[in-house]
Amino acid sequence: MKRLSKLLSKTLIIAASFSALSANADVLQDIKDRNLIRIAVPQDFPPFGSIGTDLKPQGIDVDMANYIAKEMGVKIEIVPVTSANRIPYLQTQKVDLVISSLGKNPEREKAIDFSTPYAPFFLGVFGSKDVAVTKVDDLADKTVGVTRGSVEDLELEKNAPKSVNIRRFEDNNTTLTAYLSGQVNLIATGNLVAAEIANRQPQRAPENKFMLKDSPCYIGMAKGEAALQAKVNELIQAALASGELNNISMKWLKAPLPEGFGA
Amino acid sequence: MLYFSDLLQYSDVFFSGLKTTVELTVLTTILGVALGTVCATVRQYGNRASQHVVSVYVELIRNTPFIVQLFFIFFGLPAIGMMLSPWQASMIALTINLGAYSTEIIRAGLASISKGQVEAAKVLGLNFRQTLTRVIFIPAFEKIYPALTSQCIIVMLGSAVISQISVQDLTYAANLVQSRNFRAFESYLVTALLYLGLSILLRFAFNALGKRLFAYRTSN
Repeated sequence: MKRLSKLLSKTLIIAASFSALSANADVLQDIKDRNLIRIAVPQDFPPFGSIGTDLKPQGIDVDMANYIAKEMGVKIEIVPVTSANRIPYLQTQKVDLVISSLGKNPEREKAIDFSTPYAPFFLGVFGSKDVAVTKVDDLADKTVGVTRGSVEDLELEKNAPKSVNIRRFEDNNTTLTAYLSGQVNLIATGNLVAAEIANRQPQRAPENKFMLKDSPCYIGMAKGEAALQAKVNELIQAALASGELNNISMKWLKAPLPEGFGA
Repeated sequence: MLYFSDLLQYSDVFFSGLKTTVELTVLTTILGVALGTVCATVRQYGNRASQHVVSVYVELIRNTPFIVQLFFIFFGLPAIGMMLSPWQASMIALTINLGAYSTEIIRAGLASISKGQVEAAKVLGLNFRQTLTRVIFIPAFEKIYPALTSQCIIVMLGSAVISQISVQDLTYAANLVQSRNFRAFESYLVTALLYLGLSILLRFAFNALGKRLFAYRTSN
């Protein structure tokens, strides 16, 4: 009985100290105190985060992490994560921020807080410069290539006018080949795929005509960190205003930020 | 549980796919066999140089995969300025493919016509046209008719891969429906049965045509 009550009181003390920790935690203050910010970035998802030829992490998320650390005036510790464990890393306080091509959805919003968006991630219709298309209705009587059964295929079918000629291909590579060989001058795909085409064939770099589905990337942080959230948002706004975000987009996605980004 | 009723709302898709496959099959069968007949004649009776050209064509097509030929025509030719629609590219690829295989089949038929038979026709006073059709081609075709029928059916079934270059044929319909409602079993079973029906129909058509062409034989 004595042992049991001892165990119980110990458990209570541990539990109490945990709740005290989470109640009083001010991650922004912690970062300043230890002069170090720990940021989770992907290492297997170019162009957001991958290992470069110099064996150092590189990509949009890495640039963004370095920018945040620099502006805060603290040292940085880059923590490589996968898409499956990036939120657990945050919840168990192993990192202060997650900059890992993180999209927002209601389930995630219950678990963590988000900043304003810092990088574009969307499905859209892309095409060569000479095709005059700016909105979905302009697709009437035009031919658009798309990968069959993909989300962009469904979005296109739902939104495009009836007279559009949708050419569906077996997989992403065939859709790309159809665009590169000139068999189609418009394709519906993700902005990352469009960036990849721009990398491989700059003379036929597709430009974004309009968006089908927007799901930009946000910086994730632990719930209830108002001070940290305000600071991160302030830094993102500053980067947006100074053109830093646009530079990062140009560098890695070969395209400027979409119109009205972050508005 | 199986849900064939889920396919009903897509019956238009299946129907238009079926139509495309039938159209392409009829057209390429006619053009392909015609091409094969010309090439076989050249290979059997032409001069040395033209025989050579035909055998290069036949060997090139018979020793490369159909899908590579199709991709070359659709994705490769635009690089030298030949832009073909998916339908045109498929039509050409199927015709060229059937042409090559049927050249070899028909040539075997022509080879089976003995010189003596042609000489006999001459002696009996048949003119050139009569000799060509009644003494050479019709008996030659009769000998290889089952093989030719099979080859046409093989090409029809092989046309399933043209859905890869976005031709909206029967296989495209099956893939599209399957990507929308995830009823793989039902979609592909229905499609397989439709192809089976088409094969049987094609065989029937060939048999009916054969009965007319080889009518002189029906007495025995």
